[in-house]
Amino acid sequence: MVNTQTTSRRLGSLSVAAAVAAGALLAIGSGAVAQQNQNFDAVQIDALRVRDNIYMLVGAGGNTTLHFGSDGVMVVDTQFAPLSTKIINAIRAITTAPIRYVVNTHMHGDHIGGNEALSKAGRFRAGGNVVGDLGAAATATAVVIAHENVLKRLSAEPAAGQTQVPFAAWPTETFITSKREFLFNGEAVQIIHEPNAHTDGDSVVFFRKSDVVSAGDLFTTVMYPYIDAANGGTIDGYVKALNAITDITVASNVNEGGTLVIPGHGRLSDEQDVVEYRNMATIVRDRIKEYVKRGMTLDQVKAAKPTLDFDPRYGADTGFWTTAMFIETIYKQMVEANPPAAKPAAPTRNRRRGGAE
Amino acid sequence: MSKRLSVYLLAVGALVVAPSVASAQAQLSPGGDVPYRLVGPPGADFSGVWQPRYHEDQPDRIPGPELTDYTGLPINESARQYANSWDPSRITLPEEQCRVHVSPYIYRGPTNLRVWEEKDPKTQDLIAIKHYHSTYEQTRTIYMDGRPHPGPNAAHTWMGFSTGRYDGDMLVVETTHLKKGWVRRNGVPMSDRATMTEYYVRNGDVMTHIVVLIDPVYLTEPLVKSQEFVRSQRELPAGTWLWVCDPVLEIATREPGEVPAYLPGEHPFRDEFARRHAIPEIAIRGGAETMYPEFQEVVKKAPIPAPLPPPQRGASRVGGPGQQQGR
Repeated sequence: MVNTQTTSRRLGSLSVAAAVAAGALLAIGSGAVAQQNQNFDAVQIDALRVRDNIYMLVGAGGNTTLHFGSDGVMVVDTQFAPLSTKIINAIRAITTAPIRYVVNTHMHGDHIGGNEALSKAGRFRAGGNVVGDLGAAATATAVVIAHENVLKRLSAEPAAGQTQVPFAAWPTETFITSKREFLFNGEAVQIIHEPNAHTDGDSVVFFRKSDVVSAGDLFTTVMYPYIDAANGGTIDGYVKALNAITDITVASNVNEGGTLVIPGHGRLSDEQDVVEYRNMATIVRDRIKEYVKRGMTLDQVKAAKPTLDFDPRYGADTGFWTTAMFIETIYKQMVEANPPAAKPAAPTRNRRRGGAE
Repeated sequence: MSKRLSVYLLAVGALVVAPSVASAQAQLSPGGDVPYRLVGPPGADFSGVWQPRYHEDQPDRIPGPELTDYTGLPINESARQYANSWDPSRITLPEEQCRVHVSPYIYRGPTNLRVWEEKDPKTQDLIAIKHYHSTYEQTRTIYMDGRPHPGPNAAHTWMGFSTGRYDGDMLVVETTHLKKGWVRRNGVPMSDRATMTEYYVRNGDVMTHIVVLIDPVYLTEPLVKSQEFVRSQRELPAGTWLWVCDPVLEIATREPGEVPAYLPGEHPFRDEFARRHAIPEIAIRGGAETMYPEFQEVVKKAPIPAPLPPPQRGASRVGGPGQQQGR
């Protein structure tokens, strides 16, 4: 349990780490209670221009991506519900175009909390039979898009003691294929599903003309990869997703700039930053995999310090996602994927009568 | 700050200030009491083409450091493990081939350096000092107009974000927003949380450049390095300024997503540097304690490793238990 007094103070100073911790608290299920205990009053939204018509909005919780133009506004991830007014105000300070789309990169509370308010602040375009059948409801809100698994997780019966996310915050359009793509504001927008990585419903959003990737929590600059195994996350999927992001991104000829990457948490990045993070995730995964192959126990693996070289940068001894939990999760998944060889059966005598051994 | 560090920084400070004082004295009025300038605001003009001299740390800078040589670096155990796990084959990855030396490191390598000033055409106020490095074709801007550094959410770059000021004739530059890079290019890392203070001092055609690097992730104390540049009397051929890098697939058999690395403690060449040069192991592993004079007494008492066996025809360089990390 996080000391909420401390967390509130840090949020007041816009501590990214605290924001991540707070966000993840929601993510792992104690969301409603934790959110009620947070003080978001002091949180300010920092709007950072990424490209001409794309901004990164940083507050508390996951980063929000804002894309706008003559067709309207697309928002990728909506942070915590209590921040909705501030997010909307930040958007309105940049553009007055109507919010048409809200996209969720995954199902965690620090990325979907503002779904309801932002979709209600927007409106969609519809006509013909749709309006005829649905009436004003057809255009009353913006569309909320996510992978099907996000909807499945959000609509599932909540665990004991937890509150279900309101129906109005659920995705209104989901996809089950590897990607969904469409043209918006003259921009090819690709919502690409990365299976079983951070969760089982992750997507990255690629703005092809602007050359910007909104990565969700498949890439952060502030913590070890959070493998939410309870919601379908795996380290192998996470590493694959990082490689998929580097397949999309194209750096300049000196590995800087080019495609820009908006992380789920942390600062604006580019391909090289993702490569560093990919390297770290791969190296740690491969170490633990090798140790498992050698038959080492979890305690032995921990004693070997497989994350020592990255701990001062990404590690945590407290909070919702500690270094120990990162190691334990990978170990468990490596053991499951590579179970120790069964003990060789004791030599048995050839039971055939008269047979030789 | 430790007492040892204070003493060390004091010494560095003296090194920096000494030529500046001499330079300032030369600009006192005839009466010797009122500093004056003939033209413009305080500060030396560093404009021109500069080429480095490599008398200092030459083996480290030109042929390049040997693997597992961390001598003189105030690194922590995390940096040591990072370096001991670093497989040089990492830089054969296409996404690593054009990796730039970050600004705290780039001045130490082979580089031609062009310096010029950007001035406001209406006021002639100095807006920025620009550095162009032939290595990796890097252009660096040092803002001199008092603007603040970007916030914590801004992107990081190889050169970082720099602001400068003159302290007498000495240019002092503060840099933040650096990308992750090297402290030494044999795998010793510098994190993207590192910050740098530089001191540029000009004495005629010689420029002294001192770097004080602070890295809360991988260094336990500031790392101080210096290098000298000499002003070129003529422009250099265009080709000496260019550095084109096009990544290609170098290892065709590599599995997608593979990141070459050694398992901790299993670097196959981990003993090579110490044995080749007969240096005790405690000296090569770095750490702040190895930077100070009293460490000499410790080294004298430490065991010298056995020399490397002479290479045999057809033999690999070193046998050993090292193992390429799994794919």
